[in-house]
Amino acid sequence: MENKIEISDLQVHYGDKSALNGVSFDVHPNEILGIIGPAQSGKTTLLKVINRTLEFTPEATVQGSVKLDGVDIDTIGDVYELRRRIGMVLPLPVGLPLSIYDNVAFAPRTAGLRTKSELDEIVERCLQQAALWDEVKDRLNTLGTKLSGGQQQRLTIARALSHQPEILCLDEFSIAIDPVTTMRIEDVLKALQTEMTILLVTNLVQQAKRLADRTAFFLNGDLIEIDTTDVIFSDNPANQATYDYVNGTFG
Amino acid sequence: MFTETEIGRQKRRIENVMRIFFLVMTSLMIIPLLLIIGYLLYKALPVLSLEFLFANPKDNMRAGGIWAPFLGTIYLVVVSLLVSAPIGVFAAVYLNEYARESWFTRITNLAVVNLAGVPSIVHALFGVGAFVLFAGLGESILAASLTLAIMTLPVIIASTTEALKAVPMSFREACWNLGATRWQTIRRIVIPNSISGILTGVILQVSRAAGETAPIMFTGAVFYKAIAEGNLFAYNITEQCMALSLHLFTISTQVPDVTEGIPYGTAVVLVGSVLLVNAVAIVLRIYVRTRKKW
Repeated sequence: MENKIEISDLQVHYGDKSALNGVSFDVHPNEILGIIGPAQSGKTTLLKVINRTLEFTPEATVQGSVKLDGVDIDTIGDVYELRRRIGMVLPLPVGLPLSIYDNVAFAPRTAGLRTKSELDEIVERCLQQAALWDEVKDRLNTLGTKLSGGQQQRLTIARALSHQPEILCLDEFSIAIDPVTTMRIEDVLKALQTEMTILLVTNLVQQAKRLADRTAFFLNGDLIEIDTTDVIFSDNPANQATYDYVNGTFG
Repeated sequence: MFTETEIGRQKRRIENVMRIFFLVMTSLMIIPLLLIIGYLLYKALPVLSLEFLFANPKDNMRAGGIWAPFLGTIYLVVVSLLVSAPIGVFAAVYLNEYARESWFTRITNLAVVNLAGVPSIVHALFGVGAFVLFAGLGESILAASLTLAIMTLPVIIASTTEALKAVPMSFREACWNLGATRWQTIRRIVIPNSISGILTGVILQVSRAAGETAPIMFTGAVFYKAIAEGNLFAYNITEQCMALSLHLFTISTQVPDVTEGIPYGTAVVLVGSVLLVNAVAIVLRIYVRTRKKW
């Protein structure tokens, strides 16, 4: 089985400060990879490296390689195409100051799609997938920013799906939304797994346990351990720190 | 329970005193404005009429109206903003949206700050040297407008930067994550959500361009020039013009026996035009606040 993403010896520095110190691991196609670890462990930085948005942080320097389907992402000429192959959901829901429809149609339009019927089809499909369609189908022209936090986060997921990504990255998506909505989105993610690879950064270790096929534990910029979720959450993972963290006896 | 202590009473007394103090200070600001406008209107009433606005000065400026200086000021303001607004706005977009921290951006920002602090008479001297003499424009509306443009440029850059910074960074990040280029992000999200702030900043520069005397008196404004009354295209931008600010100075200090109401009438028209333009900016801001999208 070909790996979807291959990361080898990835190092990231912000100025003098190291954020990732030489991390190597692979991501399998159509798996949900849970990424857990306390704050400052490099999880968000990792996602920014993968879709190359870290380039917007001027003081950040990256060494090592990230391969997507065997291609080094640094050699990809059309970085916008790369970003469209990766859906990104950030911790705080950001509805763009556009209508709900335009929020979801944003990425297809920037990619050049103009046909109304195709856009309609994408908007409906993505909102359905994000479990938001039934709540907003009668008011697609109202502002996305006027939705509640949980709805905006689902809008963000619909938007991330609108460019038909192969990889979906979620960075602590449930931080600003209620448990019921979280559970609905988790169901959505399980359903999406058949179509794409999912990287799930989460502070809720139980969320990784519920969803992830494999789980990676990061600490202070190091990958401590990556293994099947069953092993990570068992009584004897390879590293004692992993056990302490997932059982809440850390530090 | 809940009986007031001595400290509580004292806190409440100080609270009241401070609130009234700040209120009084705020009110003091309104009084001069009302006095100025009231006094000007009172003195100007005998001469104010449409005839005053649309007739040229007569009898060595001792009588008649203010058409030539009024139209001249409009020309100067419009031409100068046509130059400074696009350059200022686009420069600010570059500095805020594209440029990374470097020696170039640091120098540019330093230039903006310092240019804004240069006295207007210095701008005038520069205008004479650069536009009137070196560029060979002569004393003309064009030279005077360019001088005014140099003067308003840094403030437009600063106000545009403020408007752009008011658009949350998270919007830009969301767009970049969706595969949008910087330009697509600017065009679809940043500019539509900051355009009113940008325009407000530009409009407020109208009052500065209209009010300044020093930068134009050596570069294109003249004491007296008769033009076709009622014709909006009476001036040619390669020629000199009259201007309200300079006209007011002239008839107040250089010409004896001017009808008393005329300087006041001129001042009322100058202040009134500026207030009118500022009112447009205020309405624009209120309009935008009501349809703020986040």
